[in-house]
Amino acid sequence: MTQSFPKREFLIVGILAAIVLVVLPCLNAFTPPESAFHVSTFSLSLYGKYLTYAILALGINLLWGYTGILSLGQCLFFSLGGYALGMHLMLMIGRLGQYKADIPDFMVFLEFPAKYPETGGLPPHWIPFKSFWFAALMVVVVPAVVAYIFGWLAFRSRIKGVYFSILSQALTYAACLMFFRNDFTFGGNNGLTDFKTILGYDINSPGVKRALYLCSGGLLLLTYLFCRWLTSTKYGLIQRAIRDSENRVLFSGYATANFKLFVFVLAAIISGVGGALFVPQVSAINPSEMTPAKSLEAVVWVAVGGRGNMLGPIIGAVGINAFKSYATHAFAEQWPYIIGFLFIFVTLFMPKGIIGLPEQFRTIKRRIQQRNKSVDTPAESAVATTSEGVAK
Amino acid sequence: MKKTSLSLLKKLFPVALATSLTFSAAAADTVKVGVLHSLSGTMAISETSLKDVLLFTFDEINKGGGIKVGGKNYLIEPVVVDPASDWPLFAEKAEQLLVKDKVAVIFGCWTSVSRKFVLPVVERNNGLLFYPVQYEGEELSQNIFYTAEAVNQQAIPPVDYMLAEGKKKFYLLGSDYVYPRTTNKILKQYLKMKGIPDSDIVEIYTPFGHQDYQTIVAAIKAFAAGGKACVISTLNGDTNIPFFKEFANAGLTSENCPVVSFSISEDEFRGLPAKELAGHLGCWTYFMSLKTPENDKFVKDFLAWVKDPKVTGVDFKVTGVDPKGRVTCSPMNLSRIGVNLWKQAAEKADSFEVDKVRAALIGQKFKGPAGEVTMQENHHLVNNVFIGETLPSGQFKVIKTFNAVAGEPFSEKFLK
Repeated sequence: MTQSFPKREFLIVGILAAIVLVVLPCLNAFTPPESAFHVSTFSLSLYGKYLTYAILALGINLLWGYTGILSLGQCLFFSLGGYALGMHLMLMIGRLGQYKADIPDFMVFLEFPAKYPETGGLPPHWIPFKSFWFAALMVVVVPAVVAYIFGWLAFRSRIKGVYFSILSQALTYAACLMFFRNDFTFGGNNGLTDFKTILGYDINSPGVKRALYLCSGGLLLLTYLFCRWLTSTKYGLIQRAIRDSENRVLFSGYATANFKLFVFVLAAIISGVGGALFVPQVSAINPSEMTPAKSLEAVVWVAVGGRGNMLGPIIGAVGINAFKSYATHAFAEQWPYIIGFLFIFVTLFMPKGIIGLPEQFRTIKRRIQQRNKSVDTPAESAVATTSEGVAK
Repeated sequence: MKKTSLSLLKKLFPVALATSLTFSAAAADTVKVGVLHSLSGTMAISETSLKDVLLFTFDEINKGGGIKVGGKNYLIEPVVVDPASDWPLFAEKAEQLLVKDKVAVIFGCWTSVSRKFVLPVVERNNGLLFYPVQYEGEELSQNIFYTAEAVNQQAIPPVDYMLAEGKKKFYLLGSDYVYPRTTNKILKQYLKMKGIPDSDIVEIYTPFGHQDYQTIVAAIKAFAAGGKACVISTLNGDTNIPFFKEFANAGLTSENCPVVSFSISEDEFRGLPAKELAGHLGCWTYFMSLKTPENDKFVKDFLAWVKDPKVTGVDFKVTGVDPKGRVTCSPMNLSRIGVNLWKQAAEKADSFEVDKVRAALIGQKFKGPAGEVTMQENHHLVNNVFIGETLPSGQFKVIKTFNAVAGEPFSEKFLK
């Protein structure tokens, strides 16, 4: 059973990847808008947004599902990655803003030219972000450094379980309040918005939207494969051992704090990259992305999709957000109740999430069959169920 | 794959719809209109009232026969979505309304940040957005019409009033976000122009949800000790309660140091205790207590509508309207004015096309509950401005009127 599972999983992944990376973009690019098969640029961009959420969810899964660290602040890293790229995009607006100034609009009305006269109003730490590649580097470096410092302090002090969750939540809340402040030079409450170009191309053109979507899809696939590989190595084994019994691993001579720190930084980088792809597709970022509620929501996607498995979080993130997009339009007044009910239902009755459903059904079926066939020889009934399960 | 079958269904549907329509009444032409206000999340408390008043206005217009375009009467068919106080979702929903539902116009947004998120969307899809809530200006999109009060319509008049009352010292207190920041920046320049020295102007910001106003109130008390001082407050939402409580505890009153608040209207008093604020001032382009025939009718009709909410003539079920304790306020009035201006412009242009309606909107007049308004070339209104004194009932008593103040988004134009 365990041997055949990856093969089937990779078949599913292959089909999904083909749909996401080939079929949908082709339908967008090569079919006329009036065709029934046409996928509009709006839809494609929307799917792109879900895919960046899925990248974030994979990071959370690596932490929570595989190492047992429940971080309630992963959206902080998502936002940091987003801000890093957003800063570059903001500087690329140039004179196309409301004030036709060389610096972003919010710096004009906050009177930055008077504060930073030697740079023409640009705070010194913004200057290197004029380079795309520096910004791209910061997308990875900033979340990693923040995660390293926080993780080093937390894991060295053996903070774990619910205490770690609370601390991570506090961290993202503190960052959120800081970014809200206009003096913090990142645009305050309004954040960064109204981008015009990326690498010299019009950020709103269908071609660029498609490229961003493809980047998101491609990066999601790479992240998936990487996580899949990482968790299958010896390192992954230790990771799961830490999840199941950290003390035993510790007493076997492994420095668990270092392992945890590594995976925490890794998850932060994955989240940051997701955030960097989120920002150009949504065309804005603001500190409300760092509120603890957002991070909680992301954890819920993983729980609903199914943690401790690499496909579950993707299904959860894409599924819930697609449903939210649909429901906020179709049931504008009732949707919070529907989604709330769904969350409660999943936590109560589906501990392994959507991805765990077939297994859950199989277990229930087996139990019922065993009860019915308790007169028969047990060996026979066991064989019957497994063959049936595979056939499904 | 699901998508294809869905679009196929959609392709088949109009045929079925069209055939069914030929049998029904001839007046069934409709025009889709988007409503983009948060119905859940932190902003729901403010924005739900705007959704209600928009649906009420659609009902009014439909009852009156709809919009006459191309020799036909079009009834308004609302498309209500919930952006859930989530800014990226605002952008997504706006695009969905424009691209998928193909609405002729969107009425929506409350916070500046939501408008900033929606702005690129309406610009790239050449949509039309009407924005009804007082804001900081410094923005002018060809695709947005700002029925909202600009800074020179809400902040400058009360300062003029205070100067006329002999006030010489100004304490500018606000929540830390872009609207208070920009308003105060402009006010500071304006006060300097009026000869108030820097030492008599204080500018302070507190974070959202700030509760502890002891230090600040103590500072205000010291500041007001010599008399002739006032506070200009752009504090937002429930931070007003601890502030005004502390203010009263410190022995400060509307007599020795009046507070002018820009962010509190009648609708906010559904959630705030008005008696804490009694005597202090507010400034808007509309008050529920205005005595005009248009306002009497607006208030009466709206209060009747919330008890039996519906949109006449179209298949749309109105839900989630709270019938208890309802009031009208300036953002609600400006939402309704926006709908009416858009209707008139569409009729004048004889089209729902954005470019034609935009051109027709300029110079459009509407006699509203607070007097006549005119849409200017800069997408802002000429409107009457009122200063009101807060009553313990949560209403305002008008104490000063400024007639026909022309809204101007860019401060450099009125700070001359």
